Amino acid sequence: MATMSGMVRSDFTPAAGSKHDWIGPPDWLSNLRPILYHIPENESPLERRLRCLRQETEDWNHKFWANQNTTFCKEKEEFILSRLTAKGLNLRDEDGGRRTLSSEEMAVFYKDFLDKNCEKHASYNREWYRRNFTITLLMAQVFLHRTWSRLSNRRRVSQT
Amino acid sequence: MYKAPCNKLRGLACAALFRKLSQNVSGNQPWFRSLAQLCRSYPSDCFTFQHFSFLKRQYVTKGGTELLQQAKAKLESVSVPLEGHDDAVMKQVQELPTVRLPALPAKQDQALTTEIKVKEEAQLEAEAAQEAHKEKQWKELKVEPEDLPGVYARLSKIKLTALVVTTAAAGYAMAPVPFEPNCFLLALLGTGLSSCAANSINQYCEVPFDSNMNRTKNRPLVRGQISPLHALTFAASCGIPGVALLTVAVNPLTGFLGALNILLYTCCYTPLKRLSIANTWVGAVVGAIPPIMGWTAATGTFDAGALLLGGFLYCWQFPHFNALSWNLREDYSRGGYRMMSVTHPDLCRRVALRHSLGLMGLSALAPVLDLSTWSFPVVSLPINLYIGYLALRFYRTADRASARNLFFCSLWHLPLLLLLLITCKKSRKDQEDPSPGSTTSATPVTPT
Repeated sequence: MATMSGMVRSDFTPAAGSKHDWIGPPDWLSNLRPILYHIPENESPLERRLRCLRQETEDWNHKFWANQNTTFCKEKEEFILSRLTAKGLNLRDEDGGRRTLSSEEMAVFYKDFLDKNCEKHASYNREWYRRNFTITLLMAQVFLHRTWSRLSNRRRVSQT
Repeated sequence: MYKAPCNKLRGLACAALFRKLSQNVSGNQPWFRSLAQLCRSYPSDCFTFQHFSFLKRQYVTKGGTELLQQAKAKLESVSVPLEGHDDAVMKQVQELPTVRLPALPAKQDQALTTEIKVKEEAQLEAEAAQEAHKEKQWKELKVEPEDLPGVYARLSKIKLTALVVTTAAAGYAMAPVPFEPNCFLLALLGTGLSSCAANSINQYCEVPFDSNMNRTKNRPLVRGQISPLHALTFAASCGIPGVALLTVAVNPLTGFLGALNILLYTCCYTPLKRLSIANTWVGAVVGAIPPIMGWTAATGTFDAGALLLGGFLYCWQFPHFNALSWNLREDYSRGGYRMMSVTHPDLCRRVALRHSLGLMGLSALAPVLDLSTWSFPVVSLPINLYIGYLALRFYRTADRASARNLFFCSLWHLPLLLLLLITCKKSRKDQEDPSPGSTTSATPVTPT
């Protein structure tokens, strides 16, 4: 079951012999897709650092968005209920269907929610850009490192 | 789309309902047989809300005339050209061949047609459910070479890039210089590559935000089809040759504008989307630069004509984007996008109206700057009045329908306006001809 602190990865096992990462369906709380990282046998410290950073960033992202989406849904429901109550209406109409508010009434909530979360979003953005860039830099280092060792192995083999 | 916890509970309730139904309802009902067929073809442990949505569509009753805030439909059937708008998923459902039956008595014929329709709908629903099921599977992150062209096309927002290149071509076509095919093609190629680079970097920066919006959740980086490093490398492979091509093969001014546009889009517009509503104005400038680039590619100079062309695109952005963003307020609010439609709704509509009327003013300015003949403001008046009228309706009524109408009008308004402008372009002969009595002469008559 997906939780606020971590995405569901445990209920999936990649095909045996697969040497690639696997990506799952969007998480129902955060809409982010979890990745199961393949750990190669000869994983270097740099590769391990990259993998751990990616996994940690995923969990951090998931926590933020799961919280964001859940809070949004909850506050939206509360807003609709409070408005309907102020009008003297129930949440359900005579046919049992859910009552909804008009676009203009909801717009008040959307503006309020966005303004309330302004600071939170600004600090999230800064952190996300920093992490994204660090991960990309590490990926580039890992790629260059791997390419270099492959080339030097080939040279060694051709010399012997 | 974000599935609230409430949806899963409804799904479980529906599963219980279905089991009850199967006990009580006779299996001869056509809708029941379709439902049974649907459930058999979709192996899953738990019925979700989607399984029962087809029933809802058959028996839905029309609501009141009041506009209600509803959950967005899963599939968006419109393709949107500008930033962030072109990734609408368009699923083409194959139509089943119609069945030709021998003539039957009217009543039987009607029942049979209904049954066939229900079967067809059930089959379509089953296909959609299977697609949805495939999406729920885990996928191996292996880059297949045959997938790359499609991935790159989506990464570079190819439809938006095509529109950008078209506006640059219009800018080139409007320049009062002889047409040079080589320069023209190089300018378009360079502009296209720069646009690809800018769009790729934008997607690289926005992965978690794109995941949370319906419109953008199928982008390549969101789905993990390529890695962030791969996307950035692609961006660099487009951007560096693109700007270099413009600088060396066209002229340095155009190269500078290309590089400036990439910077504005990636380093100003993209972060500003979550910090301030000023992002819309920056985005309008970003959209205005390509036709200016087309002009400078042809003439090598930045003058009033280039500015006017940029002005057309700048003004057009507001009715286009403000109308689009009006119906996405829920997603923007949840995703943390600071857009006028959410934070300053009155300003949003006022700005859209102001700039729609501005288009009319700019059209009148075109002959004054010798860009076009006086026929241009006349022939463009109907379409300018129409978009102005829709903007006024949007300003007054502020509802989803008027926003949608304004947005769709903007989609055909811009290409048509540019086409009319090119058609009414003042010929160079008219501009240079100093002969007296020439009513279209731009230069004053000098007595010899």
